[in-house]
Amino acid sequence: MSRIDWIPPALMLAIVLGALAMIGNPSTWVTLTVAGLAMGLLIFIMSSGLTLVFGLMDVMNFAHGLFIAIGAYVAASTLKLFSAAAGSESFLANLGAVLPAMLAAVVVAGLLGLAFERVIIKPVYGQHLKQILITTGGMIVAEQLIHVFWGPDLLPLPRPSTLRGSFLIGDIAIEKYRLIAVIVGLAVFAAMLLLLNRTKIGLLIRAGVENKEMVEAMGYRIRRLFVGVFVAGSALAGLGGALWGMYQESVTVHIGANMMVLIFIVIIIGGLGSIGGCFAGAVLVGLVANYVGYLSPKIALGSNILLMVMILLWRPQGLYPAGKS
Amino acid sequence: MMHALLSGDFPRSRILTATLVAIFFALALAPFLFPGTRPLDVAAKVCVFVLLVASYDLLLGYTGIVSFAHTMFFGIGGYGVAIAMSRLEAGWLSIALGAAAAVALSLVLSFLIGLFTLRVKAIFFAMITLAVASFFAILASQLSNITGGEDGITFKVPELLRPATRLLEEPFLGVAIGGRFVTYYLVFGASLLLFLALLRVVNSPFGRVLLAIRENDFRAEALGYRTVIYRTIANCLGAVVATFAGVLYALWLRYTGPNTTLDFAIMIDILLMVVIGGMGTMYGAVIGATIFVVAQNYLQDAMKAFSGAMKGIPLLPDLFHPDRWLLWLGVLFVLSVYYFPAGIVGQLRAGVTGRSAK
Repeated sequence: MSRIDWIPPALMLAIVLGALAMIGNPSTWVTLTVAGLAMGLLIFIMSSGLTLVFGLMDVMNFAHGLFIAIGAYVAASTLKLFSAAAGSESFLANLGAVLPAMLAAVVVAGLLGLAFERVIIKPVYGQHLKQILITTGGMIVAEQLIHVFWGPDLLPLPRPSTLRGSFLIGDIAIEKYRLIAVIVGLAVFAAMLLLLNRTKIGLLIRAGVENKEMVEAMGYRIRRLFVGVFVAGSALAGLGGALWGMYQESVTVHIGANMMVLIFIVIIIGGLGSIGGCFAGAVLVGLVANYVGYLSPKIALGSNILLMVMILLWRPQGLYPAGKS
Repeated sequence: MMHALLSGDFPRSRILTATLVAIFFALALAPFLFPGTRPLDVAAKVCVFVLLVASYDLLLGYTGIVSFAHTMFFGIGGYGVAIAMSRLEAGWLSIALGAAAAVALSLVLSFLIGLFTLRVKAIFFAMITLAVASFFAILASQLSNITGGEDGITFKVPELLRPATRLLEEPFLGVAIGGRFVTYYLVFGASLLLFLALLRVVNSPFGRVLLAIRENDFRAEALGYRTVIYRTIANCLGAVVATFAGVLYALWLRYTGPNTTLDFAIMIDILLMVVIGGMGTMYGAVIGATIFVVAQNYLQDAMKAFSGAMKGIPLLPDLFHPDRWLLWLGVLFVLSVYYFPAGIVGQLRAGVTGRSAK
């Protein structure tokens, strides 16, 4: 992918500008755009692993939402441990509570991903039907286990005090937390692009997505690569879940299953297996959901499905099809 | 005659035959064998779910495609009847109108979904159906002026089916012959008829082509069968039967709401029933649905006793908490997919052929 296809970004720009024309009020527009970007980037963090796993190994994990839920629950429990620091008024103390929570979410989700790959997914390589069934079954069991350990009730996940509220620039209000979500999301995307495009491992992953057999024939163990990607993807889903839980300030066991629908839409829009497409799809979904939600709340719920149908009619393989033969 | 009824597809195992006959008689004589409201509710639910799960088996077991939109069609049937009955006069004509509209909508939707996604991979179909079904569930809960939102719709049924109706003055064999009695046999008869029709479909030349596609779609295509068309027709058939199941369930409950039809948990239940009973066998639907619905209603009581007995031991009482019964069925599901992909029916049949081979 040396040449970048500029049509999807142009489309995105057209949507952003078109929304400005339709909303009319620039300060509302800025608020909505930031909210859309924040939502889109959070979805990107959660879905990037899933699309790479599919591209690399043709494995579709219907239990991906589990890692999102686990991330959110672990973050909630960790924040409770650091409740003194989280409740304080200083930004650094807050950070001292949030960072361990995020770290714990990432580590636990990653480890769980490792176990999940070993136990659940390894025996059903190459059998799509069984993969769908087995990962759905894994999701059922895991949701029930979450009930056993954390109880069936809604768990509060309060944001530390300095992360609440919003900046005021003129009459434009930007929520602090959304800005942070955008920054974290962009950082993850940049790191991922660097890893994929500038390192040996990234080269192997990209090559594996295009032609698995050839990479194996060159003497690289694609399985190890795959386990690595799976664990990284699970860890990212955990991070995304923690961030999303804090965004909503509460966690239920359905957080993962609810996000799964959006994630599927995003990776289908982007083109299965492609990171760039996943990013474009996530931002597009986030922006459209927020704009439509403001302009005509009645059709907001269907906007994602409509968006997916329109994009698939235009490009049946998604925005940026992964280079698969 | 049995040959014609079962379309030549016999259970092919002595234990299985005995179980199926037992289930059949238990359901056929349910009002007499198990008096009381709750057992009859369970029996009616078993009938409806046998039909629903069998129609799902047509997709999953025979055609090899995973759909997450089956509850959507189930719900369309339920809402079709409920909306017609609550808006129009509560008569038989309204039931027919509502059911016809629901079937038409299901046909169009399943045809569109199939045409769009079935030419690509199975996984694509699964993902799209998941998205569409969740969208539909949200739609049903949001359009509250049509669907009643989260509360759903409670509606009146025709005179003959009302619980207060009495056909005979005296109870017959100790059973009051009234509206509930008639409704039960309506549900039972329609389910049985549609189940036999499904059995006919999977044993027809059309069904054989579906099996061929499941086993090797590339080869089926090479033999000259348009796989997209066959898969789409199977998808539409499954959707229509699911719609009828929804109609029957709504008539039994005299209520349709998101929790009884569209909930994703019901989709999970259907998956569990198909896989535990046995994919691609049709009879698996009977076994799976019966075990599951009975477990859903009575296993919790057993677990309550078990959980209470283990008080004091850490974690164990939580694991066996009555609300955690799905955990154990989920574990059973995962184990079935790994070790017994043909489910209970497949195990019973394998036992027979294994012995006869020796």
